[in-house]
Amino acid sequence: MYYLCYFTENNSIDAYEGNDRMVKLEVKNLYKIFGPNPSKILPLVKEGASKEEIQKRGHVVGVNNANFSVYEGEIFVIMGLSGSGKSTLIRCLNRLIEPTAGEIIVDGQNISGLGTKELTEFRRKKMSMVFQNFALLPHRNIEENVAFGLEIQGLSIEERLKIAYESLDMVGLSGYEKAMPSELSGGMQQRVGLARALATNPDILLMDEAFSALDPLIRKDMQDELITLHDKMRKTIIFITHDLDEALKVGDRIAIMKDGVIVQVGSSEEILENPSNDYVKEFTQDVNRAKVITAASIMKKADAIVYSRDGARVAVRKMRDNSISSVFVVDRERRLKGIITIDDALNLIKTNREDILEIIDTNVQTVSGDVSIQDLIPLFINSKYPVVVVDENQKMQGIIFKASVLAGLLGEDDTND
Amino acid sequence: MIRLPIGYYVEKAIDWLTYNLDSFFSMIKTILLAIINSFEFIFTGIPFIVMLLIFVIISWKVAGRNVAIFTAIGLVIIKSINLWQQTMSTFALVATATVIAIVIGIPLGIWMSFRDTVNSFVRPILDFMQTMPAFVYLIPAVYFFDLGPVPGAVATIIFAMPPIVRLTNLGIRQVAEDVIEASRAFGATSSQMLFKVQIPLAMPTILAGLNQTIMLSLSMVVISAMIGSGGLGDVVLRGITQMRVGLGFEGGLAVVILAMILDRITQSLGPKEK
Repeated sequence: MYYLCYFTENNSIDAYEGNDRMVKLEVKNLYKIFGPNPSKILPLVKEGASKEEIQKRGHVVGVNNANFSVYEGEIFVIMGLSGSGKSTLIRCLNRLIEPTAGEIIVDGQNISGLGTKELTEFRRKKMSMVFQNFALLPHRNIEENVAFGLEIQGLSIEERLKIAYESLDMVGLSGYEKAMPSELSGGMQQRVGLARALATNPDILLMDEAFSALDPLIRKDMQDELITLHDKMRKTIIFITHDLDEALKVGDRIAIMKDGVIVQVGSSEEILENPSNDYVKEFTQDVNRAKVITAASIMKKADAIVYSRDGARVAVRKMRDNSISSVFVVDRERRLKGIITIDDALNLIKTNREDILEIIDTNVQTVSGDVSIQDLIPLFINSKYPVVVVDENQKMQGIIFKASVLAGLLGEDDTND
Repeated sequence: MIRLPIGYYVEKAIDWLTYNLDSFFSMIKTILLAIINSFEFIFTGIPFIVMLLIFVIISWKVAGRNVAIFTAIGLVIIKSINLWQQTMSTFALVATATVIAIVIGIPLGIWMSFRDTVNSFVRPILDFMQTMPAFVYLIPAVYFFDLGPVPGAVATIIFAMPPIVRLTNLGIRQVAEDVIEASRAFGATSSQMLFKVQIPLAMPTILAGLNQTIMLSLSMVVISAMIGSGGLGDVVLRGITQMRVGLGFEGGLAVVILAMILDRITQSLGPKEK
């Protein structure tokens, strides 16, 4: 019998990745309390005092004990509604807002302990930022805006304009170098914002609701473009949004924030499939699940499986034991060979033959685990059998029934039965 | 009701200042006189026709053809009513007051915009400078600096400086928070922020302050003439005291023309809409 590890250990993915990938940025026990005397209130917050209690004392908790790691080269999304503290959190990372307590570690260096000079240097070289309202300098033209970060680093005008042109080219704005920000549309202005952030060639890009001020269609374009750029450049990106669809689309992993607390961190599917509490669940209700849920997350282990060297009798017994009318056939390495039906197997036995390869039907639809339900649905139209999920070596991972697709769309958990 | 002897103390203070800070005041007097005299030397030394050309070219470049035409006509009128010398000496006084107001006012305005305590301390002083009737500080100015153009310039500076301080403060404070934040995020130091972001973005407002400062210093011309600063104010004053309405009007007209030319030019100084 085969139990596919996928179904049982959802939490293991995080741990697994942690061992495998390099941590670029780590946030440890980060607190931000607004008010006249934050350090006095901090112990209360740590003890878990209620929001009202803190408010009574004239303070507001912006970030409450945030802990997370961002891996090198991933897009890490922090998602939450307005007032959840996500913008405060991202500003703590480059200390536009001074954290009250906690550590921010980038490449082993504790950012919260940096002096003014090192902090300036850190902001110039390591981390740049894209803002919701673009925050371009209205008195400078596009090339001067893009070159701004390099200008304050002291680069010569030739050097910085050369890099600015490359950045503008990257975001598809060549030809607009001399335009003023006010002459560009919102989407174009944000491309300038992105080019400006990329021009300093930072390790980490902070994007604070970068696309939230844009029209839906332009926002979609920008998301696609960000993903393309990210594939090319592999920068570590920390992306803030209040839009779950956007989070699911661009994010490798997502942290969900509420009232200053990070309530869950995980991949899109983990968040959708195993919301850690009702808040997250409510958030995920309106998501277009067909686009997000993948084959891997709705597949089940096959109730039974036969090896190609097994005879027809073994196959029939396995089908009867499990009350099924057909069974998948795999080779010794569990590579999928095809499917046989109980009728064909019985006929084979009647004629005193055993080799199931004679009756095997190789016309089975296979998909890889990362295919979305949306793309899965057409496969069922031409197939009477379940669809098989295979890995890159054609090894069988699990099977998907029509019913599981429907259940996946509705967000009902039927993988554990 | 108790009579507060404020006036008495002010007199005592002025006496004390006159007696003890005499060398300080004479130093200021020397500096101001040197500035006024050099401006006057330049403005009156340059032949009328050259000065006219300079004005017309500047106003053409900065404010366009119409203003240039107006400038040419206006200056020719002044010349033809024989008030060129006086106009230039008034202009020298205005220029001195404006330069000093800029040198003190802009840094002060910037400082106020950074520190709320400075702001709340300086604002009532500015109110004082602007609303206290000028005659009141004309008298101590004479105590400190004798008669002549220097006390006139001091009175003019006191009266005309508040707008440029206020509007510099306002302009810097009005720079959008997100732009400041973006500059910080890219690692700008505070001086880079000031010179590359805050001052350029506040410039239109600062220039509006400059314009007002110039206009206010022109409005002080007649008052400062009462303590012997000369120039067009003197012409007007003579018109008033000798009941010569025509002379008074001519002097007043020259002030108006000079004011309009300077106003149009400084109003157009701001960054052009591209």
